[in-house]
Amino acid sequence: MLARDDTAHRQLPHRVDHLLIADMVAHGARVLDVGCGDGALLELLGERKQVDGRGIEVTREKVNACVARGLSVIQGDADRDLDKYPDKAFDYAILSLTIQATRRPKPVLENLLRIGRHAIVSFPNFGHWWIRSQLLVTGRMPETANLPEPWYDSPDAHLCTIRDFVDLCRLVDARVESKVTFNASGRQLGTWLPLTLHNLLGEKAVFLLTRR
Amino acid sequence: MTAETSLEAKTAVSASEPASSDVVMEHALERPLATSAEVDTPSSEVVVFRDKPLELDCGQQLLPFQVAYCTYGTLNAERTNAILVCHALTGDQYVASRNPVTGKPGWWEIMIGPGKPIDTDRYFVICVNILGGCLGSTGPASTNPATGRPWGLDFPVITIGDMVKAQARLIDHLGIEKLFSVIGGSMGGMQVLEWASRYKQRVFSAMPIATAPWHSAQNIAFHEVGRQAVMADPAWSGGRYIEAGTVPRRGLAVARMAAHITYLSEEALERKFGRSLQNRVAKTFSFSADFQVESYLRHQGSTFVDRFDANSYLYITRAMDYFDLAADAGGKLAKGFEGTQTRFCVVSFTSDWLYPTRESREIVQALNAVAANVSFVEVESDKGHDAFLLDEPELFATVRGFLGAAAKKRGLAA
Repeated sequence: MLARDDTAHRQLPHRVDHLLIADMVAHGARVLDVGCGDGALLELLGERKQVDGRGIEVTREKVNACVARGLSVIQGDADRDLDKYPDKAFDYAILSLTIQATRRPKPVLENLLRIGRHAIVSFPNFGHWWIRSQLLVTGRMPETANLPEPWYDSPDAHLCTIRDFVDLCRLVDARVESKVTFNASGRQLGTWLPLTLHNLLGEKAVFLLTRR
Repeated sequence: MTAETSLEAKTAVSASEPASSDVVMEHALERPLATSAEVDTPSSEVVVFRDKPLELDCGQQLLPFQVAYCTYGTLNAERTNAILVCHALTGDQYVASRNPVTGKPGWWEIMIGPGKPIDTDRYFVICVNILGGCLGSTGPASTNPATGRPWGLDFPVITIGDMVKAQARLIDHLGIEKLFSVIGGSMGGMQVLEWASRYKQRVFSAMPIATAPWHSAQNIAFHEVGRQAVMADPAWSGGRYIEAGTVPRRGLAVARMAAHITYLSEEALERKFGRSLQNRVAKTFSFSADFQVESYLRHQGSTFVDRFDANSYLYITRAMDYFDLAADAGGKLAKGFEGTQTRFCVVSFTSDWLYPTRESREIVQALNAVAANVSFVEVESDKGHDAFLLDEPELFATVRGFLGAAAKKRGLAA
């Protein structure tokens, strides 16, 4: 059963933000993936970087499936359960496409920076030109491939733009070590581009942070 | 010592000989019956420790003492594939083989065996009758070497820690430095936690299932009801019933009936019995077992008496009541796990109200606080506390996945 699930899993293409995160993480690091979902990132990090990985996931079925696949995952919630972890318990605390679904993103990010020597955060960019144009043209909350649910059904309570996130980083004293944005086809945008263009053209972003 | 045979013995004795108390006494001391014999000379493996006393938490020493156990599978050359399975309150060492008293299959055969989640083709499984038990490890029904009589209430009050210390002596005896895993449900889970806290270097992975870091007031309360039921039975004879040739059948059965309710869930009782009547079409306007649920509980009570010693029940429930890992660690549960390298997998069940999920979560949070490697699975089930012993595919998948990943880390051959 373990083997079959593993294989089934590997046949899926890796998510672009996962691959970018895997590039950022050092070999053999201790990693906490907050909101680890089906465990795809933990598995990728285990394979490519031999990390000592742990996960937190809110949906019970996903947790149980992760543990059955041999991953160390607990049922929990980024808003509630991060307080319990000691300072610098991990080399990297990761929040991949999850921060927008937390109730209080600021304390979650602060906890992430406290628990991990580094924090890695990926999120969908609400400042992307397509979203802006949809809002402008239709006058309604945009629905895209990344934001498929109508606003009243969406778990994404705290969507933000890349610029908003940069501001939050400043607010919580986080130093941006690197940031990568990429467009819908998964192509990275040049790091030399100004923030305004990243914010306009980047569909998603991945930030590597440390506490100042 | 099990009540089934005691009762048979009593009948046999009174049928063939005058019921003088001498005869009964002599009979009790000789213990001529196969099942009574399990107390001092079990059918399973047994080791008698005569060199170093067991230092008990109450301050007393126990010497000699014996530990009865069963093993399954093969210990590898490196001695790295041993799994200790810890049994619950009324369990025993016959975890995956026929129980010599009841003749029934092992209590966790659904989990343990070739190709099963705890795979005996791969792992060496050890299950130990706990200290205080009645199937071969030293307990209140055992013969007190100082007097030649059963210990009875002279047996020192023991703790979960004492049970684990006795198990550790056996693991030493088997030449195993580090257990690949310690696994157990309910009181077995308490032993798992005790092992992981007391012998951090000796436990590679740990699975506490349907358990708690301390016994709640509600759980102590239920146990007290059970103990009072046993002690209120005149046949208990101040704990000297073996010599008196009696068995506190009624008291122990009531204790079991009350406890059994706590192992189920309201949903399961409703689904299984509802208000259905037992082999009758109408109420009898009497106190006979009109309802199926009554009949079921009576059956549970009477079959239990046939396989368990009443004093053991008192001592083991007491040990559970005393269990408080946080208190042992100076009031902070996390301190008990500081520095642990053990991989943990905590499991709870949604309908378990005896050891509810929030108590498992306490364990998980304490482990998180020391950045331990921990998994936590809450299995959806309506079967209550007993779910851990039953056919729960989600539990099996969890055990298989967790052990498989741990085995990879430990370098065990697949």
